[in-house]
Amino acid sequence: MVSIEVWNASVDFPIFDAKSRSLKKLALGKVGGKIGSEGRVPIIEALHDITLSIKEGDRVGLVGHNGAGKSTLLRLLAGIYEPTRGSSRITGKVAPVFDLGVGMDPEISGYENIMIRGLFLGMTRKQMEKRVDDIAEFTELGDYLSMPLRTYSTGMRVRLALGVVTSIDPEILLLDEGIGAVDAAFMAKARDRLRDLVRRSGLLVFANHSDETLIEFCDSAIWMDEGQVKQQGSLREVLTAYKGHDPFEYLSPETLARISGEPVLSTNGGE
Amino acid sequence: MRDAWQHRELWGHLGWQDIKQRYRRSVIGPLWITISMGSTALALGLLYSTLFKQDLATFLPYVTVGFIVWNFILGVITEGTDVFIANEGLIKHLPAPMTVHVLRMVWRQLLFFAHNLAVYVVVLIVFFPALTKPYHMEGDTFTHPGITWNILLVIPAMALLVVNAVWVALLFGIISTRFRDIPPVINSFINLIFFMTPIVWHTGVLNTVTNGEGNWRILIAELNPLYHFVELVRAPLIGHVQSWHHWVVVGAFTIGGWALAFVALRNYRARVSYWV
Repeated sequence: MVSIEVWNASVDFPIFDAKSRSLKKLALGKVGGKIGSEGRVPIIEALHDITLSIKEGDRVGLVGHNGAGKSTLLRLLAGIYEPTRGSSRITGKVAPVFDLGVGMDPEISGYENIMIRGLFLGMTRKQMEKRVDDIAEFTELGDYLSMPLRTYSTGMRVRLALGVVTSIDPEILLLDEGIGAVDAAFMAKARDRLRDLVRRSGLLVFANHSDETLIEFCDSAIWMDEGQVKQQGSLREVLTAYKGHDPFEYLSPETLARISGEPVLSTNGGE
Repeated sequence: MRDAWQHRELWGHLGWQDIKQRYRRSVIGPLWITISMGSTALALGLLYSTLFKQDLATFLPYVTVGFIVWNFILGVITEGTDVFIANEGLIKHLPAPMTVHVLRMVWRQLLFFAHNLAVYVVVLIVFFPALTKPYHMEGDTFTHPGITWNILLVIPAMALLVVNAVWVALLFGIISTRFRDIPPVINSFINLIFFMTPIVWHTGVLNTVTNGEGNWRILIAELNPLYHFVELVRAPLIGHVQSWHHWVVVGAFTIGGWALAFVALRNYRARVSYWV
């Protein structure tokens, strides 16, 4: 059963400036005794006392101001940061799409980058070779895939990154902001594919600032504020509280029908 | 560690990629590694064989092999201290075992080593007659047997060196990520260590220049752990007498080093992503 459980987790970053990161300070500090606050490493509490439970089939939007802890929370959920206090349990194969520049080598071709990404996400070379055609078709990059990645536009990189993570049958998909750089047609395609993945067996956590994107991709939401969970509930509730107005009001009836149509299907598929 | 083994295709691929990457736009590609090693070894061999009045036919192979092994050790130590710092982006964005970055680096260094072995093969062919019969090195009180089937000892020797490379990179990598003073410290002392280690000179010389009273100086060489690692791999390749105490010392370092690395890994593995 794919799930993420987090209990009272905190993430504290030690901020080593040049002084405290050096051995000299450590050695001299011992000799001289305690020098009040100067001897201690300042700490930034990026996440404070987070308790979460995300289950299979959930599509969670992550909202909050800049610096509210959305990216840190995603990294906690990916297992990159282990909580400094509290605990977390992640069951399932994690596929994160955070920074599009990282883990991608600009000098090598799209194909080779697909391979490396896939290997990083725990696939074998053979498995990736099988998926390359599928990814090429989904990303619509065609011959561009044999070009070095530095020739790609931002949108093309997003396509490649999404192509890889969605092709490997991940169970836990974690998306940070920044994938908004693709055009509307591809967005629709990506949405269908992500929903499909979540329906099969999986969950999605997506940090984003755009109402439209969140409405398209998610059905519930978490509002992060100053490193804490301020509100957790259905997307509509949370967005209304967060934005101060109900974003669903302005949606066209067709859009509403499309969004609300999906969860019904997904419960059917799940049972 | 088991995770890292499951990821072997990943670091294997990445290590290869690193080498291909470096020479992507160059014409003769990775051959540059071999060429630069070859010219340095030749120059050092010529210079020091004259300085120490050694027979070029046996001293040039000695310097070449010593330098090739040293280059591997140097690469592991300097890049090992930097291994997590340099991979900050990957560590913060993709969940993968920490050891993946270390194994990728060691594998890359091993590939460099393999490139450099081409120089050894050339030297071996050129000086084959001189190396395959017993020979004497200036200053030694004994005769070296020349290359025999003992050359096969290089395989376990190199395996031990690689096993040690992994713990060195793990331990030094974790410490340097926390204390950023360590890489510059190591970089400034590593050249000194190069000259302190019998690579361009050999221990017999200490006997000659001090008229047999240089025992304390030989002790300095013996106290340098890198000497034992170099000697372990070098001796079989050029048919030198190999003392068993090198195996004992290296074995002790392997066990002690891994114990330390395991402790560091258990206690601080999760902290590395916070520190980078």
